[in-house]
Amino acid sequence: MALPGTRARGWAAAAKIAQRRRHAEGARGSSSRAPPSSRAALYVHWPYCEKRCSYCNFNKYVPCGVDEAAMRSCLVTEAQTLLRLSGVRRVESVFFGGGTPSLASPSTVAAVLEAVDQAAHLPADSEVTLEANPTSPSGARLAAFGAAGVNRLSIGLQSLDDTELQLLGRTHSARDALQTLAEARRLFPGRVSVDLMLGLPAQQVGPWLGQLRMLLGRCDDHLSLYQLTLERGTALFTQVQRGTLPAPDPELAAEMYQEGRAVLREAGFRQYEVSNFARNGALSTHNWTYWQCGQYLGIGPGAHGRFVPQGAGGHTREARIQTLEPDNWMKEVMLFGHGTRRRVPLGQLELLEEVLAMGLRTDVGITHQHWQQFEPQLSLWDVFGASQEVKALLAQGLLLLDHRGLRCSWEGLAVLDSLLLTLLPRLQEAWQQRTPSPVQGG
Amino acid sequence: MWTPVGRGRWHGRALTVWATSAAHRGRLEPRLTPSRGAAAKSRTADRLYSSADRKEKIDMSRFSVENIRNFSIIAHVDHGKSTLADRLLELTGTIDKTKNNKQVLDKLQVERERGITVKAQTASLFYNCEGKQYLLNLIDTPGHVDFSYEVSRSLSACQGVLLVVDANEIDLKNADPARVEKQIEKVFDIPSDECIKISAKLGTNVERVLQAVIERIPPPKVHRKNPLKALVFDSTFDQYRGVIANVALFDGVVSKGDKIISAHTKKTYEVNEVGVLNPNEQPTHKLYAGQVGYLIAGMKDVTEAQIGDTLYLPKQPVEPLPGFKSAKPMVFAGMYPIDQSEYNNLKSAVEKLTINDSSVTVHRDSSLALGAGWRLGFLGLLHMEVFNQRLEQEYNASVILTTPTVPYKAVLSSAKLIKEYREKEITIINPAQFPDKSKVTEYLEPVILGTIITPDEYTGKVMMLCQARRAVQKNMMYIDQNRVMLKYLFPLNEIVVDFYDSLKSLSSGYASFDYEDAGYQTADLVKMDILLNGNLVEELVTIVHKDKAHTVGKAICERLKDSLPRQLFEIAIQAAIGSKIIARETVKAYRKNVLAKCYGGDITRKMKLLKRQAEGKKKLRKIGNIEVPKDAFIKVLRTQPDK
Repeated sequence: MALPGTRARGWAAAAKIAQRRRHAEGARGSSSRAPPSSRAALYVHWPYCEKRCSYCNFNKYVPCGVDEAAMRSCLVTEAQTLLRLSGVRRVESVFFGGGTPSLASPSTVAAVLEAVDQAAHLPADSEVTLEANPTSPSGARLAAFGAAGVNRLSIGLQSLDDTELQLLGRTHSARDALQTLAEARRLFPGRVSVDLMLGLPAQQVGPWLGQLRMLLGRCDDHLSLYQLTLERGTALFTQVQRGTLPAPDPELAAEMYQEGRAVLREAGFRQYEVSNFARNGALSTHNWTYWQCGQYLGIGPGAHGRFVPQGAGGHTREARIQTLEPDNWMKEVMLFGHGTRRRVPLGQLELLEEVLAMGLRTDVGITHQHWQQFEPQLSLWDVFGASQEVKALLAQGLLLLDHRGLRCSWEGLAVLDSLLLTLLPRLQEAWQQRTPSPVQGG
Repeated sequence: MWTPVGRGRWHGRALTVWATSAAHRGRLEPRLTPSRGAAAKSRTADRLYSSADRKEKIDMSRFSVENIRNFSIIAHVDHGKSTLADRLLELTGTIDKTKNNKQVLDKLQVERERGITVKAQTASLFYNCEGKQYLLNLIDTPGHVDFSYEVSRSLSACQGVLLVVDANEIDLKNADPARVEKQIEKVFDIPSDECIKISAKLGTNVERVLQAVIERIPPPKVHRKNPLKALVFDSTFDQYRGVIANVALFDGVVSKGDKIISAHTKKTYEVNEVGVLNPNEQPTHKLYAGQVGYLIAGMKDVTEAQIGDTLYLPKQPVEPLPGFKSAKPMVFAGMYPIDQSEYNNLKSAVEKLTINDSSVTVHRDSSLALGAGWRLGFLGLLHMEVFNQRLEQEYNASVILTTPTVPYKAVLSSAKLIKEYREKEITIINPAQFPDKSKVTEYLEPVILGTIITPDEYTGKVMMLCQARRAVQKNMMYIDQNRVMLKYLFPLNEIVVDFYDSLKSLSSGYASFDYEDAGYQTADLVKMDILLNGNLVEELVTIVHKDKAHTVGKAICERLKDSLPRQLFEIAIQAAIGSKIIARETVKAYRKNVLAKCYGGDITRKMKLLKRQAEGKKKLRKIGNIEVPKDAFIKVLRTQPDK
């Protein structure tokens, strides 16, 4: 199923337009023309990798051979089924994550995008991101993904130090990474993101800042800084447990993070989320949807989604997860059209808790307007305005509550998880004490 | 622990048994059965007899006084007493041999987890020897010095004891029976030819122990024909059946339906059930003079079954047996519910536990910061920990415990205070009530006479440890070629927390320790406060000797630093005497605490984690605006450094 050349070219060209529009809209999110329930972001999970990285506990598999035709057909089927169930008519972003989705064929990516556009509408200016490892794609291959409709690349560069890359179990070198980055920028100017990790075992602040500065000279307009989380079940976790590797020092990681944010701010980057930095308005609209609690569909093994199954007559937002193991997932998709393993309806309070916890990760935080979309009765002032504990956080300069809304200060953002331990119970309390709203009809 | 022998009202005989420790450690080694033949045969006969017997109520009248032996096993902690008890139970068919019996008599979770006996247990063994059917009542007793009160109670129901001596203090080294024989001769005046060498783990020679119990321990001197005289030597509380009193019959007979009177309360009860313990309750028709068992008589109130009480029949009053000297608490600590709404639940849990452990004293107490609670007196720190653990495990109660303190005294000089207390010399069991120096002539601290027996290679280290604990040497003698017995006068507060552990660790487990009360001595005492950002931590108020205030204060601050989680602001931890700060540590503020990656697939997991943490936060104790986990203070109290 080849994609008509004109449409693919159309997407590539639309990327520029899309970018310009984002400049204008900034963090206000995307089109508000259609009602929120008819819009969604789409996540596509490609579960395969060449090799297991020592730090990764994602749902991924290192197979002997992949039946890509079957995988492609199942992804297409599941996209069609879930789009129908959700009643979504407009897909505003697509994100191919994994695993290593750049190992998939461009034709698979094209087939999914084509199916999405047919089942719903995929506007030409939609953000379509592909995660790529510095090793897998050659320049020609990246171009082929571009032709298939991808208009943004996220490169898992992780480090510019070969010893660290080895420690992480990556198959690429720092040289490979910079080469891939240069190639990607040539093909997707202004639309390339890179990941850099911090807080690795034995990593020191000075050399890490050196890496960041070097990267600043080579990178595009988007950068993510991720502190290493030692996840149970990974090789790195075991090594640290056994004492063969030193445990990462949280003090040093905190220092890297603070220094890194400052360096990026000076370089003109806006920290629009805890770990994400952009300049020239190059925010990722797909990820923005997560933090704004917009609807998203997840397809592929183990993918998560959150949407109202309106197409099936539902009115409640559900958290959904697809079957983890690829072979089982495929069997289910072939039998039922989708591999949804769990559906958990989200109550109103749970949704508000997510609005709070996710929204505060962003620099704009939760605007009054945004909050009101989810909870028209109980304002942010009602919930947090009178709490002594919240007042203490405001007085400490960690949190701001004003005419714009509720958000973290620069210092507060780095300790958000501690702030939430005060804010979440306060929200629960306010929710329980609220005067019941009049019964809504229909 | 030797001291309980002869300490109570008991005047019987001691048999010595020694065990090689390799044979009773709790390792998973194959358990060998002793040689077959005569011994095995008699065992089979026993088992057939007793299992057939159990189908119906046992007729206890068959066991005349001369065929009854009541005995305890006395041993140092960890010398294999419970393992020997397991073997004796197996050998007499009381418990099935095929099962993996480990510490059968240790019923409490805390006992099995810690490998110690806390609560004495009774088991009636039926044993056939030379054609005669014997009733052997074994009363298993705790081995730790904290629980000597339990031991003295058990001994009052016995006519003899088995003294178990480990011929090898710790495992893996060579057992040395010859040296132990000499020591026993020297310390206890027990001739070496009266010792039986056994391995409880392997079962070697255990049968001979039973024969020796029959030959050497006298039957109780009692009479069935006399009016009933029963001693309550222990009691347990059952939620459904009320109080179960363990009794030893000194005279007479008791059966179901009898009316009995408590000499202590003068209340009359009707006996609903009598029986023997083997080790679970086994109803019988009657219990006869010389026998040991239990009775249930509708005692519902925890105060009704006084340990040491005498029971008799309404028309036949008897001279009550002398009561026990009540246990003397050595360590006091405040106990408060974490949440005041839990007060009533905790109250009932404490009441139920104290009927099973009457050595705990209970006074109501309250504090501004901690609310309503109690000040409890314990026999020692292990006793306190065990009590706390039982509250948690058996009653699901969660409590705040304050720093343990010993009962200090103050001689008052202030006329106003003397009037208030109505006496000149007061005992202080709560550091919060420690009177200021200006109102006091002198302070007194309790002292004990400690006895340490150690291989001489550790003498130097032991003496240094004792010196560091402000102890004064009273005596030192060699009890054999390479063992030294040291006697020291210790301030009690220097040994309550961790002295025993330190002694054990510096002597590779070889040194033993026992102590007895030695009155009071004057002492230069001060009250030390611990502050978090200037807020007093009530749990950690401590009375210390002036010379030790700095060391102790510094150690507490350092350990608090390690157990306090970071918060959004810096925490100053200070130790203060009055307004003078003597030590300080700082916990830095959190600089980063936020999940790095939070995308579509991470949200559910993150929200779950946040909610769990927020829920946990509600259970934290707040001091000022500082949140302190419940175990932070316990961690601080548990490990004292020894240099």
